[in-house]
Amino acid sequence: MKALRKQLDKIKPQFQKGGKFEKLHSSFDAFETFLFVPDKTTAHGSHIRDSIDMKRTMSIVVIAMIPALIFGMWNIGHQHFLSIGETAALLEKFLFGLGKALPIIVVSYVTGLGIEFAFAQFRGHEVNEGFLVSGMLIPLVVPPDIPLWMVAVATAFAVVIGKEVFGGTGMNILNPALTARAFLFFAYPAQLSGDKVWIAEKADAYSGATPLAEAAAGIDTGVVNFTHSFMDMFLGVIPGSIGETSTLAILIGAAILVFTGVGSLRIMLSVVIGGIFMGGLLNIAGSNAYMDVPFYYHLVMGGFAFGAVYMATDPVTASQTNTGKLIYGFFIGLMAVLIRVLNPAYPEGMMLAILLMNVFAPLIDHYVVEANIKRRLKRLKAVKA
Amino acid sequence: MRLFETSTTMPKTIKLTKGLNIRLKGAAEKNLKVLSPRMFAIKPTDFIGVFPRLLVKEGDLVKAGSPVFIDKYRDNITFTSPVSGTIAEIKRGDKRLLLEIRIEADENNTYVDFGAAEPKSLSKEIIIEKLMASGLWSLIRQRPYAVIANPLQTPKAIYISAFDTAPLAPDFDFMVKGQGEAFQTGINALAKLTDGKIHLNIGENTKAPEFLNSTNTEITTFKGPHPIGNVGIQIHHIDPINKGETVWFAGVQDVITIGNLFLKGVYDASIIIALAGSEVNQPQYYKTFRCAEIAPMIKNNIKPGNPRYISGNVLTGTKIRHDSFTSFYDNIVSVIPEGDYHEFLGWALPGIGKYSFSRTFFSWLTPNKEYTLDTNLHGGERAFVMTGQYEKVLPMDIYPMQLVKAIMTEDIDLMENLGIYEVEPEDLALCEFIDTSKTEIQTIVRKGLEVMRKEMS
Repeated sequence: MKALRKQLDKIKPQFQKGGKFEKLHSSFDAFETFLFVPDKTTAHGSHIRDSIDMKRTMSIVVIAMIPALIFGMWNIGHQHFLSIGETAALLEKFLFGLGKALPIIVVSYVTGLGIEFAFAQFRGHEVNEGFLVSGMLIPLVVPPDIPLWMVAVATAFAVVIGKEVFGGTGMNILNPALTARAFLFFAYPAQLSGDKVWIAEKADAYSGATPLAEAAAGIDTGVVNFTHSFMDMFLGVIPGSIGETSTLAILIGAAILVFTGVGSLRIMLSVVIGGIFMGGLLNIAGSNAYMDVPFYYHLVMGGFAFGAVYMATDPVTASQTNTGKLIYGFFIGLMAVLIRVLNPAYPEGMMLAILLMNVFAPLIDHYVVEANIKRRLKRLKAVKA
Repeated sequence: MRLFETSTTMPKTIKLTKGLNIRLKGAAEKNLKVLSPRMFAIKPTDFIGVFPRLLVKEGDLVKAGSPVFIDKYRDNITFTSPVSGTIAEIKRGDKRLLLEIRIEADENNTYVDFGAAEPKSLSKEIIIEKLMASGLWSLIRQRPYAVIANPLQTPKAIYISAFDTAPLAPDFDFMVKGQGEAFQTGINALAKLTDGKIHLNIGENTKAPEFLNSTNTEITTFKGPHPIGNVGIQIHHIDPINKGETVWFAGVQDVITIGNLFLKGVYDASIIIALAGSEVNQPQYYKTFRCAEIAPMIKNNIKPGNPRYISGNVLTGTKIRHDSFTSFYDNIVSVIPEGDYHEFLGWALPGIGKYSFSRTFFSWLTPNKEYTLDTNLHGGERAFVMTGQYEKVLPMDIYPMQLVKAIMTEDIDLMENLGIYEVEPEDLALCEFIDTSKTEIQTIVRKGLEVMRKEMS
């Protein structure tokens, strides 16, 4: 470690102002601060500071995604072997999934970080840690068989159009990972929807329909036939995107986020309440088979749980006020179920619901803050009167 | 004394839950050691918004209470020498900015006589005149802006916080012991300056009879974590400041100094200062003087290494050198280690011994541990990303992030609407402490207040 530090100190001047590689300053800084927490001390204001920083915060989110990732890898293998009618050991299934998921993760990180470094370089900024999370989220919301070039294109689109054009991490309006997902969904619908894509190297004869597709089919046939039980959906042994299937694994992640104080419990709970509210309302209306699907199924099908825990809680794109978060979350849950059931063109409503509310989040905050301002003005008037 | 003035209302209690008590090693023990420092320095930079015009030159002889400089724009506000002696040095910085007026004390302290008198028998005008002449008017500050009060105004009320909740905070009960008469006399003088009340705000552990039995005051008890000891938080919950309103405030020892002016007729600058922090061998209290050198208290009392000396507490104080002086309003000197080191993969390690308000380090396993915190920033500055954090440590009906952003964009209407008049940098110091993005919030708030002050004047 000391030798490494010495080496860094030796080459550092070349990356500073007037050095040979002055232009590569932010890349050097990114590597240096990755290896060592900087020796910078407080100059103004509080002399002591909390140990937390952006790197720590973002790595906690990545850690919280690991249960869903590990389970997802196993499930890729599990679904594959199930579809071709073979039995396989746990490790075999996991290794098969690892072989599918790892390249996607690598492509996502390499593309995204490459662009982030380039932008930081160009702007003379420090490299922001935000992509550490987006880079892991993208692989978790795509199907296992997605062509790698698509991942690269979608990631590039998300980082450039979804984030950097707004000014980089902290300034974006839409969740970058969801921007990537939406880009894929609309640009390459054949690879992102239907019954064929959710199981890796699926045998043709085997039905690969997700519970969402089965539920949507019920609108025409008059009856919803789920291949999987509620418990299967909760545990996640169903076809779907890599990280979204297991509500249980996602709940473990949610617990980590909430306990550490990184993720907002307010948002997670209000999304769930919004979903239950809309699901319940549709149950009461009950005018077709999908509406009759018990409301609690919505919480375990598709990307509802994943979206509520990892996507809706993105602090940059969510509402920023505590009251705003409740409204924002509630409408995500409500819209997600509404889109699922009443708009069969989009079997999964979660992605669109979150993106929609991302756009509305600043407006919600505006009215919440406005209420505070009104309280203050009212107090002033009361004094003057 | 209590025959004529008794408080008419029941004591109120206000309980707040938001905030954070940071437990640091090296709190001052309740021993009092008397010091006789030789060097003193008045630092004009202690007084926000004051442009000094010097009245002395090097070699001049002064008494305790002799004028040293006045405010160029409010020339009725005088700043006086805390002791008698010789003007040793006038220290200037960049652009001839006046940094310090150093005074070398002589053997026996001699005082300018301002005439002792019981403030109850004096008119408001005479009280103001005495405070002005003795230089003690500078002890009375106003909100908004935390600048020295304007003697031409009459404040809505005057607030005194009788407890401190900042890290390593000194115990005001200990400081006021035996000073009851001076404290009460100071209160009586202040009472003449307002048509409103004198609010004396005490903590849940306040026991000192000097506070509890004081008259002419309205006592409110506050329960909760830091920053509840900040007078700004207390004002917000008793009677928040509206646009156009002014309240005044003073510290406990400031009231005692004012009281002594009326009791003895002189500027008695003696004050009790706590020396605290993990780098102090024997953290304790010292009876010294305002603006005195810290050398006698730190002599042979600091652990080896590279410490940072702070006049004030670790959240809001001013960095000073080991051969420097305490600031005018401060009653604590904190000494903590400098954090100028690189830490290998520090952000990735479990962090058993690392303090954090969040539970992202495993230090949540040991909630009652006392920590040694250094001055390392623990990360790089970033854009605003996390939300909902500041709100957890600001017990006010104010949106801190929105306010900070309004200040950054210099949106004057929005700052006003979001409550800038109700805050001071110190009230948002904890927001700065816990901030993941390492934003310089106190600097930003100070800047915002200065923008408003210029705009309103």
